[in-house]
Amino acid sequence: MIIGETPPPSGAFGVDAVAMTMRFGDFLALDNVELKVRPGSFHALLGENGAGKSTLVKCIMGYYHATEGDIIVGGREQAIANPKNAHALGLGMVYQHFTLVPAMTVAENLVLARDDVPAVVNWPKEMKELEAFLGRMPFRVPLGAKVSDISAGERQKCEILKQLYLKRRFLILDEPTSVLTPAEADEVLGMLREMVVRGELTILMITHKFREVMAFADDVTILRRGKLAGAGKVSELTPDAMARTMIGAEELTVQPPRTGKPGQARLELQKLRALDDTGAVAVHDVSLTVRAGEIVGIAGVSGNGQRQLVEVLAGQREAESGEIRVAGDPYRASREEMRRHKMSLLPEEPLKNACVGGMSVADNIAFRDFDRAPFARGWWLNPRAFRDDARTRIARYKIKTRTPDTPISALSGGNVQRAVLARELGGDVEVLIAANPCFGLDFAAVAQIHAEIMAARNRGAAVLLVSEDLDELLELSDRLVVMFHGEFVYEARTSEADLTVVGRHMAGH
Amino acid sequence: MTTEAADSTDAVGTVAPAADPGFLQRHGGTIEYVLIPGAALVGALAVFGIFVAMFGKNPLDLYFYMYYGAFGTWFSWQNTLTRAAPLILTALCTALPAQLGMVIIGGEGALLIGALSATSAALALQGLPPLVVQIAMVCAGAIGGGLWIMLSGGLRQYRGVNETISSLLLVYIALAILNHLVEGLMRDPASLNKPSTREIGAANMIGSIPGTDVHWGLAFGLIAAIASYILIYHTVFGFAARVAGGNIRAAKIVGLGVDKLILTVCFLAGGAAGLAGMVEVAAVQGRTNANLAAGYGFTGILVAFLARQNPLAIIPVAILLGGISASGGLLQRRLGLPDASVLVLQGIIFVFVLASDALYGRIGFLKGKS
Repeated sequence: MIIGETPPPSGAFGVDAVAMTMRFGDFLALDNVELKVRPGSFHALLGENGAGKSTLVKCIMGYYHATEGDIIVGGREQAIANPKNAHALGLGMVYQHFTLVPAMTVAENLVLARDDVPAVVNWPKEMKELEAFLGRMPFRVPLGAKVSDISAGERQKCEILKQLYLKRRFLILDEPTSVLTPAEADEVLGMLREMVVRGELTILMITHKFREVMAFADDVTILRRGKLAGAGKVSELTPDAMARTMIGAEELTVQPPRTGKPGQARLELQKLRALDDTGAVAVHDVSLTVRAGEIVGIAGVSGNGQRQLVEVLAGQREAESGEIRVAGDPYRASREEMRRHKMSLLPEEPLKNACVGGMSVADNIAFRDFDRAPFARGWWLNPRAFRDDARTRIARYKIKTRTPDTPISALSGGNVQRAVLARELGGDVEVLIAANPCFGLDFAAVAQIHAEIMAARNRGAAVLLVSEDLDELLELSDRLVVMFHGEFVYEARTSEADLTVVGRHMAGH
Repeated sequence: MTTEAADSTDAVGTVAPAADPGFLQRHGGTIEYVLIPGAALVGALAVFGIFVAMFGKNPLDLYFYMYYGAFGTWFSWQNTLTRAAPLILTALCTALPAQLGMVIIGGEGALLIGALSATSAALALQGLPPLVVQIAMVCAGAIGGGLWIMLSGGLRQYRGVNETISSLLLVYIALAILNHLVEGLMRDPASLNKPSTREIGAANMIGSIPGTDVHWGLAFGLIAAIASYILIYHTVFGFAARVAGGNIRAAKIVGLGVDKLILTVCFLAGGAAGLAGMVEVAAVQGRTNANLAAGYGFTGILVAFLARQNPLAIIPVAILLGGISASGGLLQRRLGLPDASVLVLQGIIFVFVLASDALYGRIGFLKGKS
């Protein structure tokens, strides 16, 4: 077979993956999966975390070599040995996270992405060509602006433009809208959709948002646990049907109904200010009150100070000024205060923020209580208590682990988060702070976490829920606050919140 | 990459409960910890053999004499164990902070300050019963060394100074203080060529373990290593230290006082090295002078790394390294190699051990599954 054959002539082309099987050791990541992306179509690839979506596209892009199976590009079988081969064939990938150099301008980023950057770049000439190129594109970006100065939406447009500039005509988008506001997502996907309709482009999009699938995709392929679970035209499917195909017969935890009225103020922030790692002000003198039996949701595009706010509440960052009070007492995130006020924290990326990867599941579950009975007898640890307690909680929170002694880093993301839930919500909770608790998790885990959060609220906990997922906030919170550039710019009762207004404030208008 | 990781870890956690893995797979981790440092040691010995062959000596002779000089006779065993004693203690100075994710390489400085403190205590308490003086020396040595390394920990927590650099630089400050005192304030006027402090007195020396020529420092080392192991793996304090060392963000989110943990561990670590200094004074030198800067603190770093920072593994590794240094004299006499050749070997071992770090988790037949 000829490798790196000339790319097909201009216009969209399709890609088929036939009988793909991918093994990692004993583990079958892909089992005889088939994917047919028609030329000039917008194709969605759905599946839960760990279903094999990323593995499949990485096989197509040449990052992995499938154990068995063939890739057919534009009707011709191709052996894609590495990403370079894939690029030469006109295949491009846009990642969930940005790959642009923040300190350089958009134009510099575009030119430097080419394989054939000359030793001395003739900028006037390049700029002219870039202007001409942009003229043919559906969306514009400020060429002279530094990437660090433009918004997330514009960055994502740049990423896509970069692929088009490099003459890639089959784009794989890996959850491209996770960092965008709903309006930005609609704009970017809408424009891509137009290019697809004009026959210039074929798109394969990995996503978990049914709304985007229904609005923009022609076809959908659904994977479940490494197997093909279903495929078909979007017009003939409903979100419910797709969800059922994705999760199979698994039972989801039922979320308890919202009961009871908010009580007294439990968590109060007064003029809280915090810096980010570079010393810039990330949280700008914010004040907020969360009452018992209430979920306050903080919406916002990532990077607007939410992380630093949560870090201050979690004791991972010092506040610059301002005050936090819990049940009226000043709070400085000490172990004693966390215990007295029955505080629980569900941070984002639990493995990075709340667990020690090399320690066992049982140890990790005991982090809050290891220094008192029954885990400790005076100075000494009681290993049996660790294991017994872990067994109970593993069963109750349906944590899938081989043994309580397995290192927690060996668990899947959902199960790590379940272990943290077991630790944080296993006892009484009076204040709960959760940050993107469901990010990247499967349906079963999401349903379970949402149910637990709602149950904690109903038992009278004050809940501060910081999330980038607006749907999650609308579903769970009693009150919604929008955070933009480190400030709270909008607040409304969730039942009365207007989605367009919320979206506008998220974008800073 | 995150999704990929989730993919593969799913295999372990949920999707495919694998068939019973073989012995190699189940104990792969443990075997690795023995096999890789072992292989690094063998590789270093092989390279040292080539080095020796360039001098026209037979490497096989070299290996024989090294074995003979280190472990061949009861005499060489005693020599080896005597040298291992301070190494165990100085290795703890690196291994204990390593549990908290710190790289402290200033054991030599804590050793010198410990020796100086112990000597001062002994000289100040002349005339009291020997047991009292000895206990005071132990306390003074441990406290002096402990405060010295605690300084590094404090600089790191409160001033953001890298602890590796500060602990190394503190070695030179310690050496300067020692030289200053033995050449000035504490100088014994009778010491002419080699400025030293006065003798602590024969009665106050801690002597040898009965039936051997090995001094009691070995017992100090063994007790300290075993106590460190128990502290780290069986106590509440050790658990907190492991949490903070494994992931500082996780430690903060459960409200652990990280500053206090770090200062305490640094104190204990420096205390161990200070004890090594006290032992060198009270069992070997009898006084403090520049002889104490014999590099035990630096060899201790090598021991700690070779032992993968495990306090129990430090014991055999310290004996091995003690043996290598004990064989230096024999190599000089029988093969005509310079005495410092064993330092070359130590250096080669260190390079191999650091390079072999990249091999963990990559040895095919030991892997459970990807």
